[in-house]
This record gives sequence, structure tokens and C-alpha cells, in this order.
Amino acid sequence: MDFNEEQLLRYSRHIILPEVGGKGQSRIQKARVFMVGAGGLGSPVGYYLSAAGIGTLGIVDNDRVEISNLQRQIAHSMNTLGKYKGDSAKATFEALNPDVRVIPIKERLSKDNILDLIHDYDIVVDGSDNFPTRYLVNDACVLTGKPLVSGAILRFEGQVTTIVPGKGHCYRCLFEEPPPPGLVPSCQEAGVLGALPGVIGGLQALEVLKLVLGKGEPLAGKLLIFDALKTTFRTVRVPRNPNCPVCGSNPTITELQDYSQDVCSL
Amino acid sequence: MSGVKVAKKIDIRGLVCPYTFVKSKLAIETMEVGEVLEILLDYEEALSSIPNSMRDHGHTVLEVDKVSEGQWIIQVRKDRD
Repeated sequence: MDFNEEQLLRYSRHIILPEVGGKGQSRIQKARVFMVGAGGLGSPVGYYLSAAGIGTLGIVDNDRVEISNLQRQIAHSMNTLGKYKGDSAKATFEALNPDVRVIPIKERLSKDNILDLIHDYDIVVDGSDNFPTRYLVNDACVLTGKPLVSGAILRFEGQVTTIVPGKGHCYRCLFEEPPPPGLVPSCQEAGVLGALPGVIGGLQALEVLKLVLGKGEPLAGKLLIFDALKTTFRTVRVPRNPNCPVCGSNPTITELQDYSQDVCSL
Repeated sequence: MSGVKVAKKIDIRGLVCPYTFVKSKLAIETMEVGEVLEILLDYEEALSSIPNSMRDHGHTVLEVDKVSEGQWIIQVRKDRD
């Protein structure tokens, strides 16, 4: 629990919180968080976790920054057009807080690399833009027992849920299989309001910090739905499905699988 | 001055709010429940803000004393982890 003078100043608003304190801040600084995607959701998640002083932030993303991203992906800028999003985000987050170690991973997640990639991390944050990745990340987290903070956005609606293996539901309890390709429009087809990922990503960052601190109640067994047009939050309970193919009593999915589907760039 | 046994003393003269409390809180976090922390300070506003915050955190303020012109000590007993 040793802080240098600059850290005392930087984290003073955390330290004076009864629920955080020096001990909580030390936990934040030791935490290792793996982010799937450095796009609309990954930008605010990574930004706030960096500001909070998260120790290590792994970011997997193999896309490059395009100008059409900048309407919502606030980790990037005109200065990083054409760069890998992981590198662009690393520059942004480390400029905000040099205490944070950002590790960009320029790969596409698959059943062959995900277990190795998430192995050294405590918590996984999903800000991906496609169902194959979403299911792969869910299954990998259930199989390895890692907490997963999942977020999704489309048009004016966002969803957040926190999956704590052994405590509550998983993504497949909610939706057993990915929807058929083409059924759910991509954001490229459907659009997304630029400030919406700020709300959902901010909530995801809060969920991560609560898990790290062991304070409050995470959205385990619950799905939060935000309607930006009405400015309403709704929380629905999601019971664990005892027949869930991955986290149920007799799972049929015992190893990872890849779904193929065209993806868009959220 | 009370005759309680002080387990730890810190000198935060020169610091202003909120760092007066940040330093005091970090000190008390390292102590055991029941032990007493003595804080030496010269920032007058903290004479009320530190006791308020300490009570808010569940600790007991035992003493606030002037030791010399512009210098005070506060004694706080840690009551909660």
C-alpha cells in the first residue's frame, strides 16, 4: 500500500471513499483486466479503468482506426487514423495515466488463442461487435471460471450483464445459441448513437471496479437494459438455466467452438 | 491531553485538505482495531474535517488539542477495519 506523492494526489478521491481506501486502491493497481475490443465500448471502459489506476489492461483488437469510428470511439483521434486500435488506445490511456500498463494484442480471438490470451487476467470485459466473439468469450470465461462484464449496444439501446461463473447465469442461459447471421442487424446497417457507448461502457467500468474491490452488488443474474430515447434503465432477472449447454448441470459444450459470421466494425 | 496509549503518530504539517485526510486515512488503515492514531497538523480547517471524516468511517475521535500556536493534534481510535 505504498503510494508516491503523485499517486496520493491522483487517487485521493478514491482513497477517501470508505469502500475503497488505500487497500482498495492497491487492489485496483494490482488488477489485470482483459478487454475484448477497443471500439465504442472498449474506449470508455479502458479510459475509466486507466483513470482509476488499473494495473494491467490487455486489449485484443485487430482493427485499425477509421474516421467512421470517431463518432463514438473516444480512445482514438485524427492523429491515430490508420493505426491499430490497440496501439491508438494504449497511447491515449497511458497519456492519461502512466501507471497503467496497456498491452495491445493485434489478433482476432478464436477458440485456438483465447484461453492463452486471457490466462493471466482476473476479469474479462466484452465490448465486441459480433455474436461469434460474444459466445466464444462467454464459453471461455465459463470454462475457466473468470468473471465477465458483457456490454452491447445498437441504435439507441444498450445492455450490460456481469457473469460470475458459479454465481448466476451465463450468456448462453440468456440466449442459448447465436442468432442466425443477418437476423440481428449490425451497427453498420442499423447505426448507433455516439454517446450511447459512453453510458454502457461507463457501467461496464463500474462493474469491473466493484468486482476488483469486492464491494456492492454486480449485475450477476441480472441484465440491465438502457433505452437512450426514453432515458430509462430496466433491470431484469436472469435465472441460471440448469440445462444451459455450457454452465448447466450436464453441459454439452465442454470445449470451445468458433461460429463463423460476417462482422461489422462497431 | 488524555493518557491513552498512542500506537502511531503522523506529522502532516504543511498539508491541506483533502490530503490531510488522505494521509490520516492511509495511516489508520495500517493499524489494528482499538489502536490510537495521533495526527499532528497545522491546517485549521482539518480540525473539523478530519474528525468528521473519521467518524463517517466509523472511528472515534478522542481528542482535538492545540499544542502550540497554529499546531494541533487529533487522536483517533480505530473502531472498524
